[in-house]
Amino acid sequence: MATHFVIDGLKAEIEGKEILKGINLEIKGGEIHAIMGPNGTGKSTLASALMGHPKYEVTEGSATIDGEDLLEMSVDERARAGLFLAMQYPSEIPGVTNSDFLRSAINARREEGSEISLIKFIRQMEKKMKDLEMNPEFAHRYLNEGFSGGEKKRNEILQMAMLEPKIVVLDEIDSGLDIDALKIVSNGVNAMRSEDRGFLIITHYQRLLNYITPDFVHVMMQGRIVKSGGPELAERLENEGYDWVKEELGIVDETVGQA
Amino acid sequence: MSTQLTTPTDRQSAEALARSKGEPQWLVDLRGEAAELAGTLEWPKPEKMRIDRWNLTAVGAYEQGKAVGSVAELPEVVRELVAEGTENIVVQHNSSAVLKQLSAELAAKGVIFTDLETACKEHADLVKPYLFQAVSAGENKLTAMHAALWNGGVFVYVPKNVEVELPLQAVLFNNKAGAAFAPHILIVAESNSSVTYVDYVVSEPGSIDAAFVHHSVVEVFVKPGAHVRFGSIHHMAENGVDMTLRRSVIENDGQMEWVVGDLNDGYTVSDTVSLLKGNGSNSDAKVISIGGNEMKMSLTTQATHFGRSSESNMVTRAVMRDNATAIINGITKIEKGATKANGVQTEKVLMLSPKARGDANPILLIDEDDVKAGHAASVGQVNPEQVYYLMSRGISKQDAERLIIYGFLAPVVSEIPIDAVREQLQRLLERKLEG
Repeated sequence: MATHFVIDGLKAEIEGKEILKGINLEIKGGEIHAIMGPNGTGKSTLASALMGHPKYEVTEGSATIDGEDLLEMSVDERARAGLFLAMQYPSEIPGVTNSDFLRSAINARREEGSEISLIKFIRQMEKKMKDLEMNPEFAHRYLNEGFSGGEKKRNEILQMAMLEPKIVVLDEIDSGLDIDALKIVSNGVNAMRSEDRGFLIITHYQRLLNYITPDFVHVMMQGRIVKSGGPELAERLENEGYDWVKEELGIVDETVGQA
Repeated sequence: MSTQLTTPTDRQSAEALARSKGEPQWLVDLRGEAAELAGTLEWPKPEKMRIDRWNLTAVGAYEQGKAVGSVAELPEVVRELVAEGTENIVVQHNSSAVLKQLSAELAAKGVIFTDLETACKEHADLVKPYLFQAVSAGENKLTAMHAALWNGGVFVYVPKNVEVELPLQAVLFNNKAGAAFAPHILIVAESNSSVTYVDYVVSEPGSIDAAFVHHSVVEVFVKPGAHVRFGSIHHMAENGVDMTLRRSVIENDGQMEWVVGDLNDGYTVSDTVSLLKGNGSNSDAKVISIGGNEMKMSLTTQATHFGRSSESNMVTRAVMRDNATAIINGITKIEKGATKANGVQTEKVLMLSPKARGDANPILLIDEDDVKAGHAASVGQVNPEQVYYLMSRGISKQDAERLIIYGFLAPVVSEIPIDAVREQLQRLLERKLEG
């Protein structure tokens, strides 16, 4: 069955402040959706609320992968159900090597007794790291510790490639990347495109979409999706900015939950 | 049976015991004088820890272990620590050495690796100039008592320019509460030599049914240009009190590395000191500890700089569970004249229970202007952002926390140079963190 991801009327708040005011979105396997919008409009909150970050509280709505309600699940269960979030600011975990961490993550998806063999795991990891032009020594480095911004982002894509999720959310994956790294990361994402997998790309720059062509583009303001279209929408935003959208919709301040 | 007094020894009995073991007269005299001193001195007073309220007198009676021909004849607790084919090993059972082996190759180079009681008889010329020179018998009641009563022990001697490639290994175990268990470890590394020594001090599981005190002193002499790596894991039973003082004297351009796992189930005083006497001398100390149940621990690392351009680094990491208490002191002392010295220390405590207590006390005592010194101390819980990140990859909360805790201890665990010991340490950590 092809992947089917549905967000329905999702509302979420942080510290009592409502940020998401009813998000509706449907992503089918094989599709790439981009959510664009200026800073402070709730884009990253959507990503964190879907994953289940403890600071965000979902107050209404649902999010389902193939009919299973993610919002009823703990963070690790959501991941095992097929959701992957490439984070804007990945944590550093001292003392835990990248490879030990990834092997634990893969084995968490397998039954006890059918863990991935060490040889097979190493082969897979080495291949994917080569694809992402990562130095092999990063397998033995402590998870994200002392990584540059670009190295962290590449490491997020490595994890995505190893874990083979059904729904991938990329939160500002392009921030802090130079053009070469941007190409490598984009290639990594494009290589993962398949009928079984849907993507939600969150960005406020159009440049990433030069390398990863979206099927649908959505504009987010004031905690809602206010406009949707095809790839041509992203191009117009790149050329003309967001003011015309605000004018069209009569929006003065596009941000949400700002003090 | 042992009789227990406020000071658990006196001159007459200490001398009588020494004579009964056939010890040389100089050692009999040393023990007798120390026993007398013990009666007049006070127990040491570690920061914020009233050890005088602990049962410090259950030092037991001398109990000779039965000598064996090989590791295979020893209990499982020892066998699982020693890899097959290990050539260089000393094993102490309760009060005496029961096995000592040194490869012919090292013996031919003049390396000595044996129990200290034997060394006092056979190599007095090499032992006498060092024994109780780094730690003086007269410092306090503990050092005096130890000088009077120490038994078994280990002596390592590495001649000038000799590099010992393989680690020298010792296992010291007790399995009877009434048996004295008080090893003294003495290591002498001559100029430009290098050696790695690793010991494991352990109670045989299920064997200890009453209170006991393990008192131990480690003295390490690092001669000019020499390099000593010292690793030690302590895992004694919960009825025990472990009081271990380690001290190293480091000469010009000498290097000292300490890797210590204080993983007892009972009360612990652990005090690890580097005296950086020489110019360009260097010391690195890493200590890990896990406190659980009602344990109390006083963990101190200290670096005292005398030499110019001497450098020290100290790292202590403790995980605290249940109602355990740990007082962790890091002392960097830079004496007048130790110009360009550089001393750095970090103490980190991870609290897994609201009832546990962990105090990290960085103490810097600096009497020279032209130096560098740094310290960092933190006491905190497992970081929820880190747990979230790991869980977002499908790892359960329990496994995420486990990974973070092991990661916290990894900088020390990964430094243990003997595979069998490191693997055993990992199993021990699992038991202590999940039990």
